[in-house]
Amino acid sequence: MSMIGLAADSAVAIAERRRNKPGRGVYSGRSRVALERNLMAFRSSNWIIVLSGFVEPLFYLMAFGFGIGQLIGGVTDGSGHPVSYAAFIAPALLATSAMNGAIYDSTWNVFFKMHFAKLYETMLATSLGPLDVAVGEISWALLRGLVYAIGFMAVMAPLGLIPSWWALLAIPGAVLIAFGFASFGMAITSYLKTFHQMNWINFFMLPMFLFSGTFYPLNIYPEWIQSVIQALPLWHAIQLERGFMLGNIDSSIGWHIAYFLVMIVAGLFFTTRRLTALFIK
Amino acid sequence: MIVARGLRKVYGDFVAVDGIDFEVRKGEAFGLLGPNGAGKSTTMKMIASVSKRTGGELTILGLDPNKRGPEIRAHLGVVPQQDNLDRELKVHENLFAYGRFFGLSRKFLKTKVEELLEFAQLTEKRNAKAEELSGGMKRRLTIARGLVNEPEILMLDEPTTGLDPQARHILWDRLFRLKEQGVTLVITTHYMDEAEQLCDRLIVMDKGKIMAEGSPADLIKRFASKEVLEVRFGSSKNIEIAEQIFHLGHRTEVLPDRILIYSENGEEDLQAILKLGLEPVTSLVRRSSLEDVFLRLTGRTLVE
Repeated sequence: MSMIGLAADSAVAIAERRRNKPGRGVYSGRSRVALERNLMAFRSSNWIIVLSGFVEPLFYLMAFGFGIGQLIGGVTDGSGHPVSYAAFIAPALLATSAMNGAIYDSTWNVFFKMHFAKLYETMLATSLGPLDVAVGEISWALLRGLVYAIGFMAVMAPLGLIPSWWALLAIPGAVLIAFGFASFGMAITSYLKTFHQMNWINFFMLPMFLFSGTFYPLNIYPEWIQSVIQALPLWHAIQLERGFMLGNIDSSIGWHIAYFLVMIVAGLFFTTRRLTALFIK
Repeated sequence: MIVARGLRKVYGDFVAVDGIDFEVRKGEAFGLLGPNGAGKSTTMKMIASVSKRTGGELTILGLDPNKRGPEIRAHLGVVPQQDNLDRELKVHENLFAYGRFFGLSRKFLKTKVEELLEFAQLTEKRNAKAEELSGGMKRRLTIARGLVNEPEILMLDEPTTGLDPQARHILWDRLFRLKEQGVTLVITTHYMDEAEQLCDRLIVMDKGKIMAEGSPADLIKRFASKEVLEVRFGSSKNIEIAEQIFHLGHRTEVLPDRILIYSENGEEDLQAILKLGLEPVTSLVRRSSLEDVFLRLTGRTLVE
């Protein structure tokens, strides 16, 4: 047995292949291996916790959509069509579902891996680069958001809350939303140092969920509050999903998509920068 | 394999490594010794290409770590001071996942992982979670993990700190085997016996500078005598008696609890003391060790 061997495809040969590629210091083209590692760890993890993130929006749908919805009757959507209250809040809860899935993994789990498990330090001692780690971890968080969204859709269909084929666009929509939140969430988390600071994320998330036009149209607020909410990511997510689910496709969709694209790019940029600063000083 | 010239690392206004020169040759075991805060770990990080130097030159296998980090890291095996195994993964998965980080194929890793489990004597523990292992096993697994990419240079930062004697000896044996196979070892330690056991050549660092360089035997010859005689007269009398025996040996050192006499023949000096009519409570003649060199070079002050 030899410890220095020269395997046909040695680690060195693999690393050298990227010698002349741009960004070789930060990216090795192997973000999928971070995903693989998470899958391995996930196989022996606690399913209850994973499930809880999925049922939460479902409970809201039951309580508000079908409970309070009975008292309210219907509302009118963005284009003035009347819809049932449950159909009005369902897309918002779908967007929230995608957000929650993405946020769980990209905030608390990332915080743990960074400060306690020292996982990123370990990964960056290999020939991986910080962008591999960022993309891999964000993809994992995104995947969870996607799974939640699909699960939520599967429950909505038999309840008659999916009126048209356009609604299927809500799934790629959920991917975009989860990607944006995961990317941004990881970037913010990478800058935080204490549990205390981490709690601020939760403090921010709950009101955003409640007031982003989730349960009622935004026009009941005074104008300045409307502007504040329109700057928040969840409002864009909800509008996007509501547009797809209720089949109101117009030019505003483009803005919501653009909002998330910016979030994704900014998140990836700052995460990579921060990981480099922390672990490749 | 590794060449450093005037290597410096500065954090803010703290100089961690202050212009050091050294060379590590192929196949040797090279040691970095020094008290806490001497700059050993910082030097290791710069070699491992996860810390950028502030000044001077550093090349690893002819490559500049500031520019070719990922390529250099593909050549290296790293065993950090604190075990940072993946607690969420099983023993064999730890090796597999780490190999994947280097981009190694699943097929290659399937056999490699088994080989490494055997090397680390962990085959029976392959399905245990990493956190369930004992300290010695964890360290062996961390070393095995560092070998997954078949590195030419293995970097070990205080490999046996915190291990019991049995676990240390097993580990030394494993490291010897690696050396026999031609792996270059770079080891930091503050255990003198470890440096004497493992290192062909070493540098003693203190406050970011190199205090001495050479083989263990060579350093002992240069900075200590052949033997050391330790005598105790009781704490209150040591200083007073020391004056009477100051002429013995090359050098005498008075500590609160004992007097050390560095000499060529400790037994002769002990007889001389007895002839003076002095009666030590205990006496011990021993071979000088790197510890004597180390303490002479870096002083006895406690580093916090």
